[in-house]
Amino acid sequence: MAEVEQPLPERKARKSVAFSEGATIMDENGNISESAQDGTKSTAEKHSSPSIDQGVEEVTKQMEGADMFAGMAKKKKKSKKTEDADGEAPAADGEFDPSSLKKKKKKSTKPKDDDFEAKLAKAGVEGAPEAENEQAVDQDGDWEKGTGIWSHDNKTPIAYPLLLDRFFELINHFNPDILSSGSRSYKIPPPQCLREGNKKTIFANIAEICKRMKRNDDHVIQFLFAELGTSGSVDGSKRLVIKGRFQQKQIENVLRRYIMEYVTCKTCRSPDTELSKGENRLYFVTCNSCGSRRSVQAIKSGFTAQVGKRKRMQG
Amino acid sequence: MSTIENLKTFDPFAEADDDAGAAQKKQGQDYIHIRIQQRNGRKTLTTVQGLPKKFDQKKILKVIKKKFACNGTIVADSEMGEVIQLQGDQRKDVQEFLVAKDGLELDAKTIKVHGF
Ligand SMILES: [Zn+2]
Repeated sequence: MAEVEQPLPERKARKSVAFSEGATIMDENGNISESAQDGTKSTAEKHSSPSIDQGVEEVTKQMEGADMFAGMAKKKKKSKKTEDADGEAPAADGEFDPSSLKKKKKKSTKPKDDDFEAKLAKAGVEGAPEAENEQAVDQDGDWEKGTGIWSHDNKTPIAYPLLLDRFFELINHFNPDILSSGSRSYKIPPPQCLREGNKKTIFANIAEICKRMKRNDDHVIQFLFAELGTSGSVDGSKRLVIKGRFQQKQIENVLRRYIMEYVTCKTCRSPDTELSKGENRLYFVTCNSCGSRRSVQAIKSGFTAQVGKRKRMQG
Repeated sequence: MSTIENLKTFDPFAEADDDAGAAQKKQGQDYIHIRIQQRNGRKTLTTVQGLPKKFDQKKILKVIKKKFACNGTIVADSEMGEVIQLQGDQRKDVQEFLVAKDGLELDAKTIKVHGF
């Protein structure tokens, strides 16, 4: 079992690194754009982190299959442990919970030590349903206030789903961005496109988007122009004026390609990367999560046809 | 003994980039770029840059024009070589044509489609 179990914590550890990194970006971003985590929560641009219930559903969906679930149960307990070890800021539950948790842990861990693996696995699987049955007993109380089953000297075992709920609520509360970054989707605010006159498009929130991607405005603009086969300028309030008529969806597509090419880490898919000019005029994307480094192509606009004025030879 | 002699024919310390390097470089540069440009109004222009030299651009153009019912020309660019220019947004069609069995049978990986 030990051998089987080992990969799990390892994987978890790596994840947690990514998470913490993610959290730091958010902090940086938060500092720049807004104030704190609460601020990030409320802004429309950052997609609101999924509510707890959704989070739970997501996880269960991801980990379909019984084996996976059994594994998850164990995992969850572990993460609980660490969480408790960290010590939660809100006083009440932090103190009292571990007792009931320990009880649960003992239940599942004792046979582990004595018996052998198959039995273990069984115990692990059986553990969950048991808890669910007990749920019927009485699961009242507010864990935030520490009342009912959550109160300090209450010995009632707490149902697994409730613990899960609390787990996700805690995560959500302290690190609102973990759940979102964990789901591997990377969200940027949608580009705001306005029409200027008949022939120009204004890309209003490019500065914001660049900040979110942690990329240089000029680099992004260069890419946009190269891809759209056009040119333009930046106006007084840092908006990009693009020649030609473009819809939001089109700009979005180009941005998506930019992110794929120049932002996401190809190894771990983390968007937390840095673009730097290395030796030999090559650009490198360095990942802040896993540390991998890859070279990226310089932006080339390639051939652009003469549009409009005819047959004007270039000097 | 003879086999060992054989092995020696490859000198690992010879100019390394003679063979592999050149091939790699070529691969990197051999991308075919299909781009789109806006003209006035809702008119657009498609350019196909970097088609392999072994193909006769004129013939290709002829086929494409017929097939996709659009006009087009070949522009000789000093840097990019010959570029096929087509009227309208033909990116998808051209891409499919370049890859298709009854087309040029090119590797899809060598084709980069740009634009929105
Ligand atoms: Zn990475």
